[in-house]
Amino acid sequence: MDATDLARWQFAITTVYHFLFVPITIGMSLIVAVFHTAWVRTHNPQWMRLAKFFGKLFLINFALGLVTGIVQEFQFGMNWSDYSRFVGDIFGAPLAIEALLAFFLESTFLGLWIFGWGRLPEKLHATTMWLVHIGTVLSAYFILAANSFMQHPVGYTYNAASGRAELTDFFAVLTNKVQLVTFPHVIFAAYMAGAGVVMGVSLWLMRREAKAAADDAQDVARTDAPMYRTATRIGAVLTLVAAVGVTITGDVQGKIMTEVQPMKMAAAEALYESVPAGEGAPFSVLTVGSLDGSHANAIIEIPGLLSFLATGNFQGAVRGINDLKAEYAKTYGASGNPRVADVATAFVPNIPTTYWTFRLMIGLGIATALIAIAVLWLTRKGRTPTAKWLAYAAVAAPLLPVFANSFGWIFTEVGRQPWLVFGLMTTANGVSPSVSMGEVITSMVVFTLLYGALAVVEIKLFLHYVRKGAEPFEEPQDPADRDEDAPLVFAY
Amino acid sequence: MDLATFWFIVLGVLWTGYLVLEGFDFGVGMLLPVLGGKRYASDAADAEKRRRVLLNTIGPVWDGNEVWVLTAGGATFAAFPHWYATLFSGFYLPLLLILVALIVRNLGFEYRHKRPEARWKARWDLAIFWGSLVPALLWGVALTNIVRGVPIDANKEFTGNLFTLLNPAGLLGGLVFVTLFLTHGAIFVALKTDGKIRHEARQVAERVGVVAAVLAVALLLWLGLTDGKLASWVTTVVAAVALLGALAANRAGREGWAFIGTAVTIAMAVATYFLVLFPNVMPSSTNPDWNLTIANASSTDYTLKVMTIVALIFTPIVLMYQGWTYWVFRKRLTVKHIPEDAPRETVSR
Repeated sequence: MDATDLARWQFAITTVYHFLFVPITIGMSLIVAVFHTAWVRTHNPQWMRLAKFFGKLFLINFALGLVTGIVQEFQFGMNWSDYSRFVGDIFGAPLAIEALLAFFLESTFLGLWIFGWGRLPEKLHATTMWLVHIGTVLSAYFILAANSFMQHPVGYTYNAASGRAELTDFFAVLTNKVQLVTFPHVIFAAYMAGAGVVMGVSLWLMRREAKAAADDAQDVARTDAPMYRTATRIGAVLTLVAAVGVTITGDVQGKIMTEVQPMKMAAAEALYESVPAGEGAPFSVLTVGSLDGSHANAIIEIPGLLSFLATGNFQGAVRGINDLKAEYAKTYGASGNPRVADVATAFVPNIPTTYWTFRLMIGLGIATALIAIAVLWLTRKGRTPTAKWLAYAAVAAPLLPVFANSFGWIFTEVGRQPWLVFGLMTTANGVSPSVSMGEVITSMVVFTLLYGALAVVEIKLFLHYVRKGAEPFEEPQDPADRDEDAPLVFAY
Repeated sequence: MDLATFWFIVLGVLWTGYLVLEGFDFGVGMLLPVLGGKRYASDAADAEKRRRVLLNTIGPVWDGNEVWVLTAGGATFAAFPHWYATLFSGFYLPLLLILVALIVRNLGFEYRHKRPEARWKARWDLAIFWGSLVPALLWGVALTNIVRGVPIDANKEFTGNLFTLLNPAGLLGGLVFVTLFLTHGAIFVALKTDGKIRHEARQVAERVGVVAAVLAVALLLWLGLTDGKLASWVTTVVAAVALLGALAANRAGREGWAFIGTAVTIAMAVATYFLVLFPNVMPSSTNPDWNLTIANASSTDYTLKVMTIVALIFTPIVLMYQGWTYWVFRKRLTVKHIPEDAPRETVSR
């Protein structure tokens, strides 16, 4: 384990952890905004109760996403200072713009939303959550533009005198073709995660309420079960809509990836030998063996599917790892680029990681969609089912899409290796030369322990509030009529 | 003036925004065990109410305040990549401490009121206190060291360690930040509350303010006498006058003016730092030829142009809605405003 490995592990730990909360934030801010708006438009108490209930869960999740996000803004410079010097001219701009356009919007209007009960006129109050949501989406846009540059650098020129990549066309960076498809893919995936939380939590509470009513021989319609049923179905519908979006954008993304990073596509399948046009490369669903190209055995294979994913044609040619490795060695290994030194892995990413994360991403996404379909079917026409397995489905509904998000990112980032910026700089060349192993180990241990402890606190708190369920409805007062000395409607 | 110099000024403005705004919420965080402690509270229940008053004065705004430093970080990256790279990799351990402090502090604000147990609240109170004190101190240490110069080699790499930064000037800088933010925070509490706590906050401001004034003048004189320029002397004098004015206004019960006074003090202190720094961004104490300067650390003109356009369009918008938030929550708070049945559960009701 050398300094590069440590820096990579630290980045992986802090970033994967951060991104557990981000998709939930993006997705749930939309749903809370919808609930709040539904309340303003209909004044049906259930919408107010749902907005407040899911708002609370949203905030517990948001808090951790926020604090772990601060680390992101700093750690490029802390652990990756040579990278920062090399691409700062390009990479810094979207980060700064993200802070100016998105972070201010999110944090300011979230403060207004949290403390706005009884103080802001209701329409304005609902608008603040929409602005929070817009902030999260803008934030995603700019950080993904920065990431897309690393996958497929555009709009720059290499300046030999200054020894760095320099921006020539900011619009090209913002409309990078990788970005244009990654952004909707990530947003839809985030909606699946947010919708998964709402679906899972509501499903669990619906079942609990309906079961309690049945046990006491009470009328289910007079409990909160119908309200949670509505929320469950909204979550399920959004899950499915987002799943369709994820699939379509993921399909386009696969083709663009094949074009700009063919090694990543080959690594996704652990395809060592190129498959010429007309033969149709199969997609293996499951494989036993080592995936090192020697004796892997696919158990289930779908003929032609890899060709289709990569080219849109079941007979299309797909290039294998071995051919690409030889080509990259020729193109980049002998290019004289000083930032391509030490390519121990010979331009090939870690194949088992890319192979399995790609499948887990897709598999968990499909499983989420299946839960949504099952839930919609079982809750059709006013039904409030109480089957035992629904409790497990309720637990799985938020976890599966969140982990699918994680695996997607692990795939795309590991699949880029050994590049930090594709074709320009390898990861080993981006680390901070002035930071010692001891310092990286210290920060890694600190972050890991702290993040672990916070995960426990967060999950306990989250479950505590889920169990409590939605608060009873209280008629809100018009801010204009409120007594100046009356206690605040909401206070820390 | 070239664009790089313009962005040097923008960074000065961003740091001013950050330290003026987060400065008072750091101050409120540090005052939690003071104004909400045994000294002023009659009993445990009163202490809890007072703490909640304190936290609610900054409740809706602390998060927005903190974004200023994220923007400053991002803008440093975009406009001065070498500055960002040298500084953030060089000041590794202090930044790690700042990050940990900000993480636990922010969660303290968000999670403290989410459970009723006294032990739960006490733990988050500690997180808020230390999470406010540590960054206040370390930003002071870090920024003062930047201005005074740190060991940097010919490759723009920092060659010191944590203890390089803990020199007398750096530590004095840290203490100035802490005492100044305590004063600023106490005056903010006086401005935002009413009743007993308001008067006690003014007392605290008066006492800490004198210490802050002595330390700040000592530090600014030190900086001025070693690297001062005419302009930095002007800002030093304005900072000193503003602080004395703030303390006088505080004494006279004019909290609004007092708050403007401490805000101007902090802004002028930042201005002094940046004026002393100019035209460097991170001078090398090893060899002046290896200084990071506005010219050799900056991005290309094209990048700076893009950033300038974006900043000119969106900064006024941000200032408008952030200012509006302060207007929405302008009312003074008292213990009466804290909902009785503590702990009211978060968003509900």
